Amino acid sequence: MTETIQNSVISVLIEDESGALARVVGLFSGRGYNIESLTVALVDAEQKLSRITVLTSGTPMVIQQIKAQLKRLIPVHDVCDLTEEGPYVGRELALVKVVSSGERRTEALRIADSFRARPVDTTATSFVFELTGSPEKIDAFIELMRSLGLAEVSRTGIAAIGRGPSVFHLNKEPV
Amino acid sequence: MTAAERDAGTGNEALNGAEVLLRVLDEEGVEVIFGYPGGAVLPIYDALFKQDRIRHILVRHEQAAVHAAEAYARSTGKVGVVLVTSGPGATNAVTGLVDALMDSIPLVCLAGQVPTKLIGNDAFQEADTTGITRPATKHNYLVREPGTLAQTVREAFEVARSGRPGPVLVDLPKDITVGKAPLTKPALSRLQRLRHQGGPDASAIARTLEAMKTAKRPLFYTGGGIINSGPEASDLLRRLARKTGFPVTSTLMGLGAFPSPDPQFLGMLGMHGSVEANMATHGCDLLIALGSRFDDRVTGRVDAFSPNSFKVHADIDPSQIDKIVPVDVRIEGDVRDTLEALLEGWGETPARDLSTWWNQIASWRSVDGFGFTQDMTPSAIIRPQHAVRRLYELAKETGRDTFVSTEVGQHQMWAAQHFQFDKPNRWLTSGGLGTMGYGLPAAVGAQVAHPDALVIDIAGEASTLMNIQELGTIAQYRLPVKIFILNNHYMGMVRQWQELLHGSRYSQSYSEALPDFVKLAEAFHATGMRATHVGELDDVIRRMLAHDGPVVADICVAEGENCYPMIPSGAAHNQMLLGPDQDSEAAGLTEEGKMLV
Repeated sequence: MTETIQNSVISVLIEDESGALARVVGLFSGRGYNIESLTVALVDAEQKLSRITVLTSGTPMVIQQIKAQLKRLIPVHDVCDLTEEGPYVGRELALVKVVSSGERRTEALRIADSFRARPVDTTATSFVFELTGSPEKIDAFIELMRSLGLAEVSRTGIAAIGRGPSVFHLNKEPV
Repeated sequence: MTAAERDAGTGNEALNGAEVLLRVLDEEGVEVIFGYPGGAVLPIYDALFKQDRIRHILVRHEQAAVHAAEAYARSTGKVGVVLVTSGPGATNAVTGLVDALMDSIPLVCLAGQVPTKLIGNDAFQEADTTGITRPATKHNYLVREPGTLAQTVREAFEVARSGRPGPVLVDLPKDITVGKAPLTKPALSRLQRLRHQGGPDASAIARTLEAMKTAKRPLFYTGGGIINSGPEASDLLRRLARKTGFPVTSTLMGLGAFPSPDPQFLGMLGMHGSVEANMATHGCDLLIALGSRFDDRVTGRVDAFSPNSFKVHADIDPSQIDKIVPVDVRIEGDVRDTLEALLEGWGETPARDLSTWWNQIASWRSVDGFGFTQDMTPSAIIRPQHAVRRLYELAKETGRDTFVSTEVGQHQMWAAQHFQFDKPNRWLTSGGLGTMGYGLPAAVGAQVAHPDALVIDIAGEASTLMNIQELGTIAQYRLPVKIFILNNHYMGMVRQWQELLHGSRYSQSYSEALPDFVKLAEAFHATGMRATHVGELDDVIRRMLAHDGPVVADICVAEGENCYPMIPSGAAHNQMLLGPDQDSEAAGLTEEGKMLV
């Protein structure tokens, strides 16, 4: 049995009802599974479905268990392991506050530009940059800002979706 | 009646939420509720008072209500129903809910809650019941709108009984049960998507059959799933075993699915299982798990569990497959359907010649791992195994349909080893959670469900004290249950582990200051009996069985008795400890023996 730890991005379609997120989070904590990041938002107002994207890690057996356990939750409509199903796009949004002046301020703005990070708030002494991309790209940007006045970071965790025309929710045709 | 009231529902007279609740329970076929009143459920109790279709059994503690409902459910195949008040009523029920979750028992627990407007205000007897019971149930609900009440309760029953059964809690704020609510018509279930579509996978069945037709040392390892699937599954299992000639072992929860006295039955496997069951599990070349879940009390050391077998796992809950032991073939679905498919696929194939395997099993069986020697001098001390065996033999003589519940510990294992079952749904025990105090309230539930049956709680003196207040319930409803206490003055299993693993330091495991159980019985209007020596045992058992009312029998047994065989934690099945009555070498437990299997 292989003991290699793998990362997995798992998408969950779940009914948007009171306590639904707590069921998912409680499942992870109660069974000792990791959550590296988790995002959730309503994606289908008509069917009242939210989509949760969880970045998790574990041995292949644990990842299989996570998916099987998620499927047991009554409000869960569907579970998809994007990592296993094929190529996917995973994106995260970060808001990064940099407080600095002089050359460090100019350098921060120059690097932000090369990362396509946009200043969404500017004062004489600070910027808030908005940046989207893979977690690795955001990590790299934050690392570079460290010596340039990095003051505060807010990240969403990744939202992910499979590449190509196929959709994971069984009850839906591609639109 | 105003027009508005009439319009509230589907033309029915205007009902309040409590009345709607009872109507839905009636629709669902509920005959009995186990519960305890309190402020938040007063409207429901008021509605109960005004009807006579549903019977209410008043317990003395909410935990007992859940255990009674569990036994009611397991002994009838119906959904058990519990009614408790908010706050402490609900929190007291939590142990029972987890017990039902672990053992896959279908229950609906109706809990009162403070009025919707007070939720979150730390109101009197408020608790976050849905939050607390989320991991304690298969699913739970908080009813916030009167319009959703009826359908939510219907759905709760569907969730409880469908797929792998389990407990469901419905939290009912007082304003919902007091106020008018519509008795909506049953709507199309939104749970269609949860149902398993079609039968078991044909290719998985084919691969299993192929393995069955070539295996030299096959074994069925059956569990509580067979019981949950209904008596038909037990019947199919018996037929499949007959046709194939394969040996059968069972988990604690599966006892009764296959007749224990049958020569094809190897007994229970696992930590306190039989020598032949454990050695066969270790040595088999084909292991077919049917409605069982590779619990750690079954597997022992996982990496040494049944090391050389081709493994098939059939379970209704896909998350159980490949959870602990990776298998070669997975079969998802109701085990009844799986058994039917295997039986059909096997067809008229003659039973295989498995004589080498059966000879091997016979040699393990000859060790008689459950064996013991009882000194029959009348003044001799009673060995607990002997007490259980005599109880079984004398109960059998009565010819009555017999239900046995247990508490948790040594007595539970001796009951599993020495009491024989030939029908499913007769064995009521707390397997997964191991809840001391289960047996007495479980006997209440079983006797309520089967008023004419013989219901026996095989108990330990420590466990039974955990829910001893239920003697009050037994008295109130004149339930003729027999509480058979194997009294060794110790929390016996704790004592055993302390002896074997903690240098005989009996830390806090001695039952100090025990009550006089005979007087205790009398205080609760029951009959008390006591056997202190083996010469008194049969007479006490006979009188207990013949008595038409509740009996507490205090059977004073040997204090230092240990339960064997035993697979110590972290050991493999071929590393069982045998008791002083057995010859370890004869069990094939020598180093050489281990190499062979």
